[in-house]
Amino acid sequence: MAEIYTPAASLAPVLRQDAVSIQKTAPLARLSFRGRAEAQAAVAGALGFALPQAPLSAATGAGKVALWLGPDEWLLLAPEAELEAFEAAVNAAVAGLAASVTDISHRQDAVLVSGPRAAWLLNAGVPIDLALPAFPVGMVTRTLCHKAEVILWRKAEDQFVLECWRSFQPYVLEHLLDAARELSTA
Amino acid sequence: MSAHSQNSTQSTRLAHGGRIDRSRTLQFSFDGKVMQAHPGDTLASALIANGVHLVGRSFKYHRPRGILTAGSEEPNALVGVYRHGDQTPNLRATQVEVYEGLMAISQNRYPSLDFDVGAINDVLSPLFPAGFYYKTFMWPKAFWDKVYEPVIRAAAGLGKPPKLADPDHYANLYAHCDVLVIGSGPAGLAAALSASETGARVILCDEQAEMGGSLLSETGSTIEGLPAADWVAATLATLAQRDNVTLLPRTTAFGYFVQNFIALAERVTDHLAQPDANLPRERMWQVRARQVVIAAGAHERPMVFPENDRPGILLASAGRTYLNRYGAAAGRRVLVTTACDSAWAAAFDLADAGVEVVAIADMRATPPEPLREAAARRGIRVEAACVVTGTSGRLRVSKAMLGRLRNDGSVVSAGDVTCDAILMSSGWTPSVSLYSQSRGKVVWNAEHEAFLPGASVQRERSAGSCRGVNGLAAVLEDGYAAGEQAAEAATGAARKGGRLTATGGEASTGGYLGALPHDRNAGRVKAFVDYQNDVTAKDVQLAVREGMMSIEHIKRYTTTGMATDQGRLSNMNALAIASGALGAPLPQVGLTTFRLPYSPTTFGTFAGSSRGDAFDPVRRTPSHDWVVAKGGVFEDVGQWKRTWYFPQGSEDMHAAVARECRVTRQSVGQFDASTLGKIEVVGKDAAEFLERFYTNPWKGLKPGRCRYAVLLNEAGYIIDDGVVGRLADDRFHVTTTTGGAARVFAMMEDFLQTEWPDLDVWITSTTEQYAVIAVQGPKAREVIAPFVEGIDLSNAAFPHMSVASGRFAGLPCRLFRVSFTGELGFEVNVPARHGAKVWELINAEVVKQGGCVYGTETMHVLRAEKGYIIIGQETDGTVTPDDAGLDWAIGKKKFDFVGKRSLSRPDLVAKGRKQVVGLLPVDPKQMLEEGAQITAEANPAKGTPALGHVTSAYWSEALGRTIALAIVKDGRARHGEVLNVPMPAGAVPVKVVDPVMYDPEGTRLNG
Repeated sequence: MAEIYTPAASLAPVLRQDAVSIQKTAPLARLSFRGRAEAQAAVAGALGFALPQAPLSAATGAGKVALWLGPDEWLLLAPEAELEAFEAAVNAAVAGLAASVTDISHRQDAVLVSGPRAAWLLNAGVPIDLALPAFPVGMVTRTLCHKAEVILWRKAEDQFVLECWRSFQPYVLEHLLDAARELSTA
Repeated sequence: MSAHSQNSTQSTRLAHGGRIDRSRTLQFSFDGKVMQAHPGDTLASALIANGVHLVGRSFKYHRPRGILTAGSEEPNALVGVYRHGDQTPNLRATQVEVYEGLMAISQNRYPSLDFDVGAINDVLSPLFPAGFYYKTFMWPKAFWDKVYEPVIRAAAGLGKPPKLADPDHYANLYAHCDVLVIGSGPAGLAAALSASETGARVILCDEQAEMGGSLLSETGSTIEGLPAADWVAATLATLAQRDNVTLLPRTTAFGYFVQNFIALAERVTDHLAQPDANLPRERMWQVRARQVVIAAGAHERPMVFPENDRPGILLASAGRTYLNRYGAAAGRRVLVTTACDSAWAAAFDLADAGVEVVAIADMRATPPEPLREAAARRGIRVEAACVVTGTSGRLRVSKAMLGRLRNDGSVVSAGDVTCDAILMSSGWTPSVSLYSQSRGKVVWNAEHEAFLPGASVQRERSAGSCRGVNGLAAVLEDGYAAGEQAAEAATGAARKGGRLTATGGEASTGGYLGALPHDRNAGRVKAFVDYQNDVTAKDVQLAVREGMMSIEHIKRYTTTGMATDQGRLSNMNALAIASGALGAPLPQVGLTTFRLPYSPTTFGTFAGSSRGDAFDPVRRTPSHDWVVAKGGVFEDVGQWKRTWYFPQGSEDMHAAVARECRVTRQSVGQFDASTLGKIEVVGKDAAEFLERFYTNPWKGLKPGRCRYAVLLNEAGYIIDDGVVGRLADDRFHVTTTTGGAARVFAMMEDFLQTEWPDLDVWITSTTEQYAVIAVQGPKAREVIAPFVEGIDLSNAAFPHMSVASGRFAGLPCRLFRVSFTGELGFEVNVPARHGAKVWELINAEVVKQGGCVYGTETMHVLRAEKGYIIIGQETDGTVTPDDAGLDWAIGKKKFDFVGKRSLSRPDLVAKGRKQVVGLLPVDPKQMLEEGAQITAEANPAKGTPALGHVTSAYWSEALGRTIALAIVKDGRARHGEVLNVPMPAGAVPVKVVDPVMYDPEGTRLNG
């Protein structure tokens, strides 16, 4: 399937180096889903696949993504154009069940951090262990980047999605760019 | 000895030897004097090679001081180093690496190092005994502010702080490893080698520029059949090739925190002549290690004899390091004085290098035979049972007095020797600083006469001489085993039980604690215990005489051990002196706690990239760029930048706010309310949850309607407010204050998870999902009407306190009819990425209607005219709903809500509580000051309690006068009374009125 996060076509990369690059991503439909077991099961009908139940895991399929964020909380992603249909489908799937579906498409923005030094760069502000055995490809977590709460999803050995509330993104990028300065030295 | 080249300033540089790069010569300056050095030199080694020992003046007595050590514990050689046109003070010359063009200066001297007027303090020293601060400056009291404190402040401190903002940048890195090895001497290298062999992730750090620790100064010993230095090079090459190893030279482990979290400070560029501006000066490594091996080594103790602080007097190991590692002789005629074996090696190496060793004075009656034989072979005079009893020489030692120790402990003169350097050693103190920081408790070991690490509190182990293991072979074995054990504990990797073979580096025996006996007048001589703080043996004894019994008190009274080395050089000698004076065994006197940082650490390292605008997130709303372009002025509200006011032309703030208020009430105003907290509360129990959370009743609120909400803490005091709109039976849109958004959300989640997990309701922050544009004023409907689809805006269909979903300019929208101004008002919520566009669309209509944009100041004025409170302005954590006139917002029939029980506490229902009122100054032009106290009398007697205070004060354009809100005792019963606001220029009479000062009937709101 096509990658759900795609570089924002209209924007130049925030950072482009051999060692690491940072690129803003195109808008997405984002739904915060919270609910009890019955509703969790029902969401599969709208997604086309079951919600991942393993902590810190992600599931993808049918052009959509579900990221596990907590025991009763998932971030659901779909292409931007599908927002209203997606939201309606998820709401319909859980109608009458104990659940909450909230549109947060505009609350968050994401960047792709890619390159051989991506994990190193993120660790300038992210306190968790990003070594591959500790944080393998596909793992997703909420954590901090300096003082900002972020969602971090490892897409590949050398690529991460870093998502945060929109007003925090300049702060997060300022710190990452500052840390990346030394990568430009010989 | 010969200078290595013509024209060289390096008068005491040996022709051969050392690890410096002799193929290149560098120029550096010290106090303006240009000298030469080689790559690999520290400033200290370069100065010694140039024959310079006098490098500073002491803290209290301004005594001439020289380089004492070769490490980070250096107490004397604190220098300022110039860079970027400013100087960094208090760097240890022993750690400063020389680069081309290095400019360093000495400190704590005026006008010059050679002639320092502060040295008068040395002559006056009887006036400055231990604890003199406490004794001298007690009386008269009035002298403290005017005389003592200014004088002490002027004299205090070493070095001068830099004047300019720090031009460097600093980095931070979080790192994880299986085994962190601290120290790269023999134990640390062996530990890193064995731990990394198992595949464990290893970080090896060392504070020095070159790894190898004591092995770099070693001669004659071998490891695995290689000369020690060659083994170091081979081992480092092996480690560097391993992907699982990170080598961090120039990196000090300065703090050991809970859960095996260790902070390292890496000095990245200080040693470079022309560092790339993109490199950080320093990097903080925040390391989470599964296991830690502390291989911090041991510190040599100075000998505490009279005048043991003259330039040219060094620790023996430092003299050996300068010789073997840097090819620099500490002097031309060197006296070695010691109580242990290891100093003899320094004497032998010096003699072998062609330096004259005038004598070895060992205080032991019978130094080991092999040492005496080795000395005899070199023709070195050996004096046993011999101590130094004093020295002379103004700016450098030139003579030592020797004394013979007799069997009864007394000392008789044994003549003088001329010398230009003295190398001394009282033995070795294991470095237990980091172990102590890890919360471990040291244990006295009588055999070693040392405090050694006790049980591990965290997942760490000490290895090598820092835990009392002596001798090269034993240290290597201990380090190797520690590395294997740590790796096994961290990863489960099985131990192989390997070992390293070594020859030479025999264990040193002997040692002495405390002040040496001498035949001088004890009251007149100074034998220094703590060099940096100028504490003498006499001071410690005086502290005991004056009643200090605990080492913690002695430390604070004398300041011994409070220097930047945290007493690593001085503690054991001070303890022994105190123990003798108290007549108590040394372990009973105790050891003070070692605290972080291990050695001084810059603020920059702690700050990292969190400085300037990046110190804290700066949050901007979707209208931000537009406001900037229009010249709006911002204010900080929490992390948010909010528009304060929009000056036009030459308007000042007062004029701009007056116009914004006038225009908004006359036609229409546009305001960015995006920062208000927004929380989506969803689930079949959503109404029940809000019922329990807020004071108001919610179950009866119909979808499409809104209600003002008040939040209390469990003590019954108002902590937040907002408007809650019901979108559907099971969905509410809650707003909070800007500053309270995160707090309220966390409190909701807390209650849901801990108190009411049975409720089927979930909360989601939508603060940043929506841009919120408030349109307020008589023309508000006309402004938004052209954009609204699917919502009937008529008064009947969409009255005050309504909410509806629809479309706005073709975009999905939540439209609220609410007012914080008292005018007809709407709040347009659109998805945030469209916020900037919608802001501009609305603005075009606002302009058409003759309206304006307004900022937070105008918002404050308009709401104050209506008596609407602001959380944190009219409330201060002690205001109840009734105090604020919000009794109506309490659902009195509700079974419970947060804070309900507290509202019936006797003190919350008692008469005489302070209540929110309006104030009108009798003079309508008189502006009150927020925070000003309110009294009944114009000139109350001193001690009269205030009736209350002014909480908000503004110029009201609508009323044509000044207004204020206040909280006043029994305020509601005082409407009509005239009270006073005493100010420095005289009391301001004010009339107490109802807080609703404008349009009390609310006709405009419902327009």
